[in-house]
Amino acid sequence: MTESERPAAIQAVPVRHPWRWVGAAGIGVLFAMLVHSVLTNPNWNWSLVFEWIFSPPILKGVGVTIALTILAMILGVVGGVMLAIMRLSPNPIFTGAAWVYLWVFRGTPIYVQLFLWGNFIALYNELALGIPFGPEWFTFSTRTLIPAFVAALLGLGLNEAAYLAEIVRAGLLSVDEGQTEAATAIGMSRRQSFRRIVFPQAMRVIIPPTGNETISMLKTTSLVIAIPLTTELFFQAEAIGNRTFQVFPMAIMASIWYLAMTSVLMVGQFYIERHYAKGSTRNLPPTPIQRLRAAVSRGRP
Amino acid sequence: MTSEPMVKAERVCKSYGKIDVLKGIDLEVTASEVLCIVGPSGGGKSTFLRCINHLEKIDAGRLSVEGRLVGYYERGGKLHEMKDKEVAAQRRDIGMVFQRFNLFPHMTALQNIMEGPVCVQKKNKAEARERAHTLLARVGLSDKPDAYPAQLSGGQQQRVAIARALAMDPKLMLFDEPTSALDPELVGEVLDVMKDLAQTGMTMLVVTHEMGFAREVGDQIVLMADGVIVESGDPREVLANPQHQRTKDFLSKVL
Repeated sequence: MTESERPAAIQAVPVRHPWRWVGAAGIGVLFAMLVHSVLTNPNWNWSLVFEWIFSPPILKGVGVTIALTILAMILGVVGGVMLAIMRLSPNPIFTGAAWVYLWVFRGTPIYVQLFLWGNFIALYNELALGIPFGPEWFTFSTRTLIPAFVAALLGLGLNEAAYLAEIVRAGLLSVDEGQTEAATAIGMSRRQSFRRIVFPQAMRVIIPPTGNETISMLKTTSLVIAIPLTTELFFQAEAIGNRTFQVFPMAIMASIWYLAMTSVLMVGQFYIERHYAKGSTRNLPPTPIQRLRAAVSRGRP
Repeated sequence: MTSEPMVKAERVCKSYGKIDVLKGIDLEVTASEVLCIVGPSGGGKSTFLRCINHLEKIDAGRLSVEGRLVGYYERGGKLHEMKDKEVAAQRRDIGMVFQRFNLFPHMTALQNIMEGPVCVQKKNKAEARERAHTLLARVGLSDKPDAYPAQLSGGQQQRVAIARALAMDPKLMLFDEPTSALDPELVGEVLDVMKDLAQTGMTMLVVTHEMGFAREVGDQIVLMADGVIVESGDPREVLANPQHQRTKDFLSKVL
């Protein structure tokens, strides 16, 4: 079609949206009120927040929180994958054992589980390696074998494994049966077809809820006081708050740290998801950085 | 060359619960032969094919490939179930092509083809890659090595699937309705690849609704319905002059 044949572009009056402007004004006023209060009410005590935010006990608390999150998630993922495989196994003993595990660990509150791990020592003073009802070769004192940090790790990780098991199972079930058949038909063993074919495809389904769980785990670490493990971020913030009679600013400070850490996790999740989207979408969506670069080179947003 | 037939089925039976899918299939395929299995859906064609590489277990009868029982070995007059590993080893000589392609979506066309040789046969990666390129060229897709399955048309995907099966150097190829999921204009390109393959002397069992293919390429045709073989013989004769009413009914619907 040549330019002369092409009809003129439509010039219509766009639909007006007056209520959008009303809404924007309302939200603007509320937001201004919030900012005003946050900045001018002395009880927020921002100077104290910034005085303590990089103090050694808080930084150490952040470190403990991060370490607990990462290690507990590793324990949870490994345990969750194992439990999911057990639940899908043709062996009824494995299926049953996994079911009981899930029943117990999902059926009791995490706070109570942490309390129990912390007080494991009350149940068993010593752990021994040997033959049941027979001789014991090694004995360990529970107090030295399971310090508070390890108790916290076990409590968080083993609980997480139960939840991740269901997430992993959902992922594995989402992979078409034809994939296993095709893998089997080229002579792969069950293990090879799981590792090379089924699991990588299941990851696409597993990652978003696992990202959720990681963020949730980061925050759940604030419950390890049930052990009690006291070096973690929120307990430290609260302790400083109690000492200085400034509980609220310290809670705000802890929240800022939690928000910062979850933000980092969300970025990580985006890139992992992108990696496992290979082949499922025709073209991968651009990363925010690529989008920014494209916008800059175009010269407009 | 051995005198053993490539595939031999003797009164093979298979049921799912109370439903008998195969009710005594007797069949022989010699090396380099192309056997086409046709018949109404639900007649047991696909199930029979899947029994040959032990994706399904048979309940009664004997089924052997190159004189070796599928999934069992015989010792002292007794059948013993094979271990998963032994079954997997047996499957390596049997290539299979599925109706819905079943390519691995997270791998490129080339990676799909290399997967078996590298992961199962433990071949050198560079060698496997070179072979995969050759196979891609053979199925007419030398320009698509880095395409993911989602970026290929149905016909192209099925050709990659054929190349993937060929990469294992199978002695026998099973085709389970390889063109049934394709748009009509894409059927030809897949059948052409299969014709070429038949000409190289590959032993092939093809479940199909393509009577033209059966007539042109098939050495033997079998009409399977309700779990039994109704009629078998030379495809040109059977298709032109069917002897049984069941065959006539079926052919009148598909031709």
